[in-house]
Amino acid sequence: MVKSLEQFNMVIVGTGGQGLITLLQIISEAALAEGYDIRTSELHGLSQRGGSVEVHIRFGKKIYSPLVMRAKADLILGLEMQEILNGIYFANPKTKFLINQFVIPISLKKPLSENETLNQLKKISKNITIIPADKICQEKLQNSVVSGIYLISFATFKNLIPLKSESIQKAIRKIIPEKFLELNLKAFNLAKSRS
Amino acid sequence: MEEILSNRSGEKIILLGNEAIVRGALESGVNFVSTYPGTPASEIGNIFYKIAKEVGVYFEFSVNEKVALEAGIGASFSGLKTLVAMKNFGLNVCLDALIPFVYTGSKGATVIIVADDPSCHSSAQSEENSRFIAEAAHIPVLEPADPQECKDFVKLGYEISEKFKIPVIIRTTTRVAHQKAPVILGEIKNLPKPEAGFVKNKNQFVTLPPRVLEMKKELIEKIEKIKVFSEKSNLNKVVGNNKSKIGILSSSISYLYVMEALKELNLNIPVLKLGFFYPLPEKKINNFIKPLKKVLIVEELEPYLEKEVKRLAKEANCKLEVMGKKLLPEIGELKPEYVTSAIAKITGKKYKFAISNLKSPIAKRLPQLCPGCPYWLVISAIKKAVDVSKVIFGGEIGCYMLFGNSPVDLQDYLSCMGSSVGIAHGIKKATGQKIISFVGDSSFFHAGIPALINTVFNKSNPLIIILNNQTTAMTGHQPHPVSAEAGTGIKIENVVKACGVKYVKTIDQSNQEEFVNTVKEFLEKDEVSVIIATLPCRFVAKK
Repeated sequence: MVKSLEQFNMVIVGTGGQGLITLLQIISEAALAEGYDIRTSELHGLSQRGGSVEVHIRFGKKIYSPLVMRAKADLILGLEMQEILNGIYFANPKTKFLINQFVIPISLKKPLSENETLNQLKKISKNITIIPADKICQEKLQNSVVSGIYLISFATFKNLIPLKSESIQKAIRKIIPEKFLELNLKAFNLAKSRS
Repeated sequence: MEEILSNRSGEKIILLGNEAIVRGALESGVNFVSTYPGTPASEIGNIFYKIAKEVGVYFEFSVNEKVALEAGIGASFSGLKTLVAMKNFGLNVCLDALIPFVYTGSKGATVIIVADDPSCHSSAQSEENSRFIAEAAHIPVLEPADPQECKDFVKLGYEISEKFKIPVIIRTTTRVAHQKAPVILGEIKNLPKPEAGFVKNKNQFVTLPPRVLEMKKELIEKIEKIKVFSEKSNLNKVVGNNKSKIGILSSSISYLYVMEALKELNLNIPVLKLGFFYPLPEKKINNFIKPLKKVLIVEELEPYLEKEVKRLAKEANCKLEVMGKKLLPEIGELKPEYVTSAIAKITGKKYKFAISNLKSPIAKRLPQLCPGCPYWLVISAIKKAVDVSKVIFGGEIGCYMLFGNSPVDLQDYLSCMGSSVGIAHGIKKATGQKIISFVGDSSFFHAGIPALINTVFNKSNPLIIILNNQTTAMTGHQPHPVSAEAGTGIKIENVVKACGVKYVKTIDQSNQEEFVNTVKEFLEKDEVSVIIATLPCRFVAKK
């Protein structure tokens, strides 16, 4: 991807407890290591507990706002199939969507089908990648908890995030506690082999 | 976490706003820290809880914000450098102690962090704007925009407090406190700990009339001096092209949206960025608005700055068009796109977003009690015990306020901490209807005990269910007086009995039959009754 790195705007959407803040930390550390200015925004407390959550990550030459502006996202990462729709506020026709093919039902409601979701997204942008990250991590690593790490690693190998994969790997080493590091690095390597 | 203690001065690391506040306090040589947890300020306490011993700082989670501030006042009176942190509602709780503290002034320099939450991301009860306190208490208020400023403003806050012997508030919001950005570290000096000692001085510490009115006079004189300091401070600065006839005045996070918008619109107009909210640098504002035809005030929530600028413009530039809330919302936080649209409008610049009005077809998910939460067992017991349409359910602040969401639906009123009991008493006195009110363990100690005693004193008979999950769960599992790590030996049942309550039972809610039967039995009592549900939060049980 050729992109003058004036700025890169990313929004991650998912539900509280899916580890969005860890992903935010890893991408920010990688961006800092590459010399960019960074601002991010996250939510804590009541906004967790399984509710819809979005975090914002921006890096580039000089960044002011920690929030991505409406319709200005370069990449929207959805950790859940339906939650991606909560990201469309930030999308424009050039926005890339990367989605975890994984559904967490909303209580008392029938989940939207994958096609219903995709039809909505296609009204805005055709750049949609769906990856069954939970399934892949469960099958290959017997643990789907690292699906987010798999996805951001995949996004970096595919140049959906304009950072070097080594920077992401280094950031994983820095952020993830020793106890879980091996599993997370395996998810990174798995993404490498699949991309 | 280790990074926050790094002694590589000049190094650039990523910090959360709240982490930068901790770092600023450490670089200032803080000695005494107290807090009651509340999002978006919680991480400040969480970090000090972990590092206090290592860095030689006294730290406590107090039982509520009033006690936290009072502890801080005591430390300050004894000469220690003090930090007290809370969310906006905590300010209300400690107000009674705060206002006289500004009269007496601080001895050890004191900074108070107050975190607002526009849009109520992690707050029920109200969308409170803590700026009101500045005028009411005559207390200096600084407003940082990002983590670097969080650190720098805390340090400056200590300097002001040291110089003028007055506590200083640093007001953040969610998007400042929970913003991450690179911060350049300063030095953590190994200052010798000041010799703490309370030196009797009636003249300073006793707010008894007639002295109290002299103190007020001295305070107002102090604020005049700080105003001069504010005029000279580079915290209040003009950026951008000075020749334009249109200008912008902003502060805190809103300033970052202004700068983003100007970049997006490719505009170069002057911006007055205020770091001081109180006292305002009036001369600087006058000089800024004098040559302008139009000024846009970009601030979140109520138009405090807009009103001030309108007042000042009457003398400084009576033809000036002052705009703010006409173009920007008063409810909910600002967003960079709102500010971009407003600036486009006042400058006559055409601006369109790439997408118009596409709305998500799914509703945002509401938070729910965790799977395996022990409160589910309380919910099921109550639904078995009573006809929920015939009982009023009192809620308040903690994980159990999620009882208000479907499909649980056991919450008929919700206000502040401790209020479920106080309001139940009033409804009982007014109507005699059946009431079950819920109060959490941390909440019970925070503000529930006086309300419970009032039901005994003034004789009403609600059923109160104390949900003792042994932690302050909602804000991130901080300890409280009966959590295991506190080791106090206090038992809630003993406290309840000592309040004069006759009908009290401690029940493990996994014993559904006993819980159901006790709810049925206690609802018929003609005096107040209390059930204490004892199963711990699953995150505590896991520890």
